[in-house]
Amino acid sequence: MSSSQRYESPDIGLTGWARWIWRQLTSMRTALLLLLLLAAAAVPGSIYPQRSADPNGVVQYFRNNPDLAEILDVFQLFDVYTSVWFSAIYILLFASLVGCVLPRTQIHFDALRAEPVQTPTNLSRMPVYESTASPKGLDPVELGKNILSKQRYRIAQRGDSISAEKGYMRETGNLVFHFSLVGVLLAVGIGGGFSFSGQRVLAEGDTFVNNLAGFDSLSPGTFFNPETLAPLSLTLENFEVDYDFLNKTNIGAPLDFRATVTVRTPADQKGTTHLVRVNQPLDATGASVYLTGHGYAPEITIRDANGDISYSGATVFLPQDSKMTSIGIIKVPDNLPEQLGIVAFFYPTASELESGAFTSIFPGVIDPLLSMNVYTGDLGLDSGIPLNVFALDTDRLTQVAGRGTENPGLEIKLGETADLPNALGTVTFDGIKRFASLDIAYNPGQFWVLLFSLLALAGVIISLTTPRRRVWVKKLGDSFEVAALSKRDDPRLEEFVRELTKAIRNG
Amino acid sequence: MNSLVLNEELSQLSLLVIYAAMAIFTLAFFVSGYHLSQAASTKDKNLKTVSVLERVALALALLGTLILAAGVIMRGIAAARVPWANLFEYSITGALILMIIFFISIRAKEVRILATFVVGFVLLVLGTAVSIFYVQVASLMPALQSYWLVIHVMVALLASGFFSLAAALSVAYLLKTANWVEKGKTKGIRNFKKVMEVFPTKEKLEQLAYRFNIVGFILWSFTLIAGAIWAERAWHRYWGWDTKEVWTFIIWTIYAGYLHANATRGWSGKRAVWLGLIGFAAVVFNFTFVNMFFKGLHVYSGL
Repeated sequence: MSSSQRYESPDIGLTGWARWIWRQLTSMRTALLLLLLLAAAAVPGSIYPQRSADPNGVVQYFRNNPDLAEILDVFQLFDVYTSVWFSAIYILLFASLVGCVLPRTQIHFDALRAEPVQTPTNLSRMPVYESTASPKGLDPVELGKNILSKQRYRIAQRGDSISAEKGYMRETGNLVFHFSLVGVLLAVGIGGGFSFSGQRVLAEGDTFVNNLAGFDSLSPGTFFNPETLAPLSLTLENFEVDYDFLNKTNIGAPLDFRATVTVRTPADQKGTTHLVRVNQPLDATGASVYLTGHGYAPEITIRDANGDISYSGATVFLPQDSKMTSIGIIKVPDNLPEQLGIVAFFYPTASELESGAFTSIFPGVIDPLLSMNVYTGDLGLDSGIPLNVFALDTDRLTQVAGRGTENPGLEIKLGETADLPNALGTVTFDGIKRFASLDIAYNPGQFWVLLFSLLALAGVIISLTTPRRRVWVKKLGDSFEVAALSKRDDPRLEEFVRELTKAIRNG
Repeated sequence: MNSLVLNEELSQLSLLVIYAAMAIFTLAFFVSGYHLSQAASTKDKNLKTVSVLERVALALALLGTLILAAGVIMRGIAAARVPWANLFEYSITGALILMIIFFISIRAKEVRILATFVVGFVLLVLGTAVSIFYVQVASLMPALQSYWLVIHVMVALLASGFFSLAAALSVAYLLKTANWVEKGKTKGIRNFKKVMEVFPTKEKLEQLAYRFNIVGFILWSFTLIAGAIWAERAWHRYWGWDTKEVWTFIIWTIYAGYLHANATRGWSGKRAVWLGLIGFAAVVFNFTFVNMFFKGLHVYSGL
């Protein structure tokens, strides 16, 4: 580059640059671009599964497309809404918002105290303008002043004219809207930090104690303190489901889920009974309890060859379809000659397929059946690695009953007992309980999020529906002029000026 | 114990009634289109025929709306609940709401001229509903058994109705101001230009679109807040970036951008109108593709 072509920029220094960047950031155009960027940046989160909303989907994605998933993960496409780039956009947007709104607040405060502007010399240049003869013997300016002050205009009289203004609420609403959005953001952030949500599966009769050990899984916020968990226990007394028996096209559809729970606190040792339903959580002090899932927990007893009990209890079976065919895993590490693993299927209303396999044809209990594939060997429980209770690792197990072995799978009806192969013992199907999946959650920020959201809504409604008007009435000899100007959209401005002129004209 | 009674026969009858409404709307569409072409080519002496044509088109559209209303109400009675709990029902109720908003707004003659667009769009919605979205009446899954279903979905449909009318105005604006129309070279384009001259001025179209979008934006904000309140009750958190929540947010943000664009030098006018239409495209995408193909908690399409 030759020196003659070089563009000599004035040396504005560091503060000059900072000021320039700030002015760019707080310009309307930047705000607009950041808004559109934010909308675009939110899209990938609906295309790729997100760890926050759908963790299993992410695992599945890694399994199906391992190479692509690695790359996507580098760009945080499974954590879009907490990603660096998404955060950068909204932080910039809010910086821009604050930088834009603060000076406007100052200007608005000044405007609220200031007198209406001077009457322009040439009113006919205004967007809406009328001029007609004055009423006989009356002062049109005085008449206009009376009418406008009744409509709560702020009025300044200057010689033969008045200048009136109204609609300051437009900007007030606008500012309230933008400040409330900052409030929403802060409430979401701070509230999220102090929040927690935990999951717990309870079979009928089981009790949950609200402490860290009580949860099956827990997602705490950054500042969550387990000491603050409310001292309470919750017992699932029973769980009822209504299925549709009546309507031919709708048979088996769930109509209602009802969990009856008893909550005990130090102050209420006897406990209080509540009904928890979907859409009807239990709001206890310091946490709410939500019903998020359900299923069957068949009661199974396993005895050794001597008839001594080696396993007994209600076991949670995970539902697989809408007819509640469910799969459960039973692990018996002790009290038997060999470690025993069972993959069990539960059919609340069993029906045999042509292949000889079973399926459930109705989600309620009409003709229940348990079928089991039995494994012996090493359950892998001694390795110290925590294992999924809903999966059986068959690597070091040998299947001894079920498809592919010489022993058929066990099929047990309610109340019946079946023999385990190799004279290991017996399995009894004692009864059927239901289980409920409960979410125990607390978010101290949500009240504030709602409050600021409603404030923002009120602000935007006021701002978008209040016209900001300037109106002038001026006496010109025997006639008078009326003119008006509105900031932005004002559907009724013309009509307003016409009627004001008519009212003055008619005295 | 619940004792829900569904009436599948009435539901079938409701479908027939909706077909009847579609037939009437089709007639209204053609008469209205014919009206536009007549209004574009006529000299003053035929003005009377033109206004008769317009009145016939609007009367047919009104008749179609009344029949559609009967169909929607029958569907609700057949299902023993509000008729907006799956994609088919959203569509028929949404179409009805759009027609009602249209008829409330036609006191402004600038809106009346949109009849062809609006009726055409409603036909498209109803056609998709009966051919692709149709499902038999079914009970409400427990997650949907809440008065928030009545509020949240109804307001979302209302917002969509206002956005649709704004979109119709925006399309008219773009057709009127498009370069290829203004500099029309072929006879066909010149005729089309004449049709567009029947429409209000571009300033008026832009201004009206802005007003409808404002109402839509306010209602959409309310939809978002109501949805969050309901989500807290049903799913234990008020916001979880579920796909439908994501798209509700995207739509809100695009329309917020639209409002800013209208107050930004260099962005008002054509660019802002385009932004509004992008927002509407997102509404349609959210309603169809997100409902049908995206994984998430809002799996209520019934398909």
